[in-house]
Amino acid sequence: MNHLVIAPLLLPLLVGIVLILTQRMDIRLHRLLSVVAVLAQIGLALLLTRVVSGGDILVYNLGNWSGPFGIVLVADGLAVWMLLITALLALFALLYACQGGDVNGRHFHALFQLQLLGLNGAFLTGDLFNLFVFFEVLLLASYGLILHGGGRARVRAGLHYVVLNLAGSALFLIAVGTLYGVFGTLNMADLALKVAATPEQDLGLAKAAGLLLFAVFALKAALLPLYLWLPAAYAHTSAPVAALFAIMTKVGVYSIIRVYSLIFGADAGPAANLIEPWLLPLAMMTLLVGMLGALAATGLRQQAAYLVVASVGSLLTAFGLNNPEGIAAALYYLPHSTFAAAALFLLTDVMANRRGEVGDRFEPAPAIAHAPLLGGLFFVAVLLTIGLPPLSGFIGKFLLLRASMEHVAVVWVMAIVLSGGLMGMIAMARSGSLLFFRTLPLGGAARPVAPAVVPVLVPVVGLLMLGIAMTLFAGPIHLYVSAIAEQLLRPDLYIYAVLGEHL
Amino acid sequence: MEALLAFVIGLLTACGVYLALRGRTFPVVLGLTFISYAVNLFLFSMGRLSIGQPPVISVSANAYADPVPQALVLTAIVIGFAMTAFVIVLALKARADLGNDHVDGQN
Repeated sequence: MNHLVIAPLLLPLLVGIVLILTQRMDIRLHRLLSVVAVLAQIGLALLLTRVVSGGDILVYNLGNWSGPFGIVLVADGLAVWMLLITALLALFALLYACQGGDVNGRHFHALFQLQLLGLNGAFLTGDLFNLFVFFEVLLLASYGLILHGGGRARVRAGLHYVVLNLAGSALFLIAVGTLYGVFGTLNMADLALKVAATPEQDLGLAKAAGLLLFAVFALKAALLPLYLWLPAAYAHTSAPVAALFAIMTKVGVYSIIRVYSLIFGADAGPAANLIEPWLLPLAMMTLLVGMLGALAATGLRQQAAYLVVASVGSLLTAFGLNNPEGIAAALYYLPHSTFAAAALFLLTDVMANRRGEVGDRFEPAPAIAHAPLLGGLFFVAVLLTIGLPPLSGFIGKFLLLRASMEHVAVVWVMAIVLSGGLMGMIAMARSGSLLFFRTLPLGGAARPVAPAVVPVLVPVVGLLMLGIAMTLFAGPIHLYVSAIAEQLLRPDLYIYAVLGEHL
Repeated sequence: MEALLAFVIGLLTACGVYLALRGRTFPVVLGLTFISYAVNLFLFSMGRLSIGQPPVISVSANAYADPVPQALVLTAIVIGFAMTAFVIVLALKARADLGNDHVDGQN
């Protein structure tokens, strides 16, 4: 048993506890500890990547109780890929928060580490109820983070977010309870075996539970029609939190990919491909609605939030194609869209801080300080986000379109993805020209003193560099995610790794 | 017993959904609490209803109560408790910050 698997859970948990216990210490010490912990998590994720890149699946039996009786952690290609994305994103969100945003409220760094604990746990766990527990861990930390800094709009949006997620948790428990009532197990590998052999009279219940679970994950992923909470929540929270939350919708996407490839996948007998009729149409409509929202947005933060909705649509469209190329495209697009959205949120905050009273709203204002530099970065971020050549967004969209060639819905996918891209381009071109070109003369007022630009841009440039690196190394990354996709379509490998000795 | 329990769970859920859809934060919190009670009872009943059966393997037992849903429901109760406490504090904060207790902050 390889203890490396549990390290990504223990590290943020211990660091989070230390941060709470030492809350009276200097904030600089907290920042240092937090950054070092996130760097260590990147190291752990890279180590795990090296171990699993050969196609191995690492299984960790907690308390040495083997599955299906004990709770297992499973590090396969997909889980480790998500760990790596989370750790990289967290580093840059944290670096931005360390510029001063973390002192607007208490316990930022502790909540941040506990959020990472919840995220890492959700990716690693091999047990459905344990997935619920880690969802609650990451949600409870996210409630604290989303309210960080306070303010009227933030509290109102936060209240909606909390109430919706509590309702979602109740649905999750009902679905999990029904699955346990029918199959008597919650271990995902064991469930996969038992669902494949569902007796006729239990099929309706099993399908109902599976679809209820899909509704819960769709709420987390902000899939149409359950996306309405996202724009308000993301537009009103602080920038580093919004950047970190770029991964939160992907937790929902991850859960959809995991559960509906492993438990209700192609091998699931009578319940095979349970969500196939739902996923692709909903995902494409989400993409369209997200882009429409971006066109109608009244501020840059809101626009960025709608682009997150649209990116979830693209991602799940790729997964909904239900072929290896589509899943590989989704796994390539996932980190790209996460980093691009985070970069856009951080850059929006940098610009809003330079526009005085107007903030990020789409209203003419005096030209901002450091406009050429910020404009250049904004241009790169937009190219990444809406998927124009030559950057990684384009490669992701290209992979998605190529994967749809053989699919029956190819015309719909082509039309919606391409027109979605066009709408995104129009929306971002409008906001870019308003922010940088339609400027008011300064008049008598003195230009507000601009804060130092270099430190706040380090995380932004870092995230954009990740996007550019994904472009430069698109070949090797695509090979790697294709291997993960192949592994996902062979659930027997996962089941054998977890239950090998009991089969 | 099954019919009674199913009726109680259904009634709790119905009350919870009705209250959660109200416009003021206090009924919403109450509604969420009702829903979580219903969910806890539901989870508990998923191990099948039995009276006086041992949960642990023994020589004399001829039937067992399933201990796993009891563990699950204990976890769910603890988490639900924490969430309720949090949402009450948040509702109070919203009441203080927004000046009223409407979920959208209007009168």
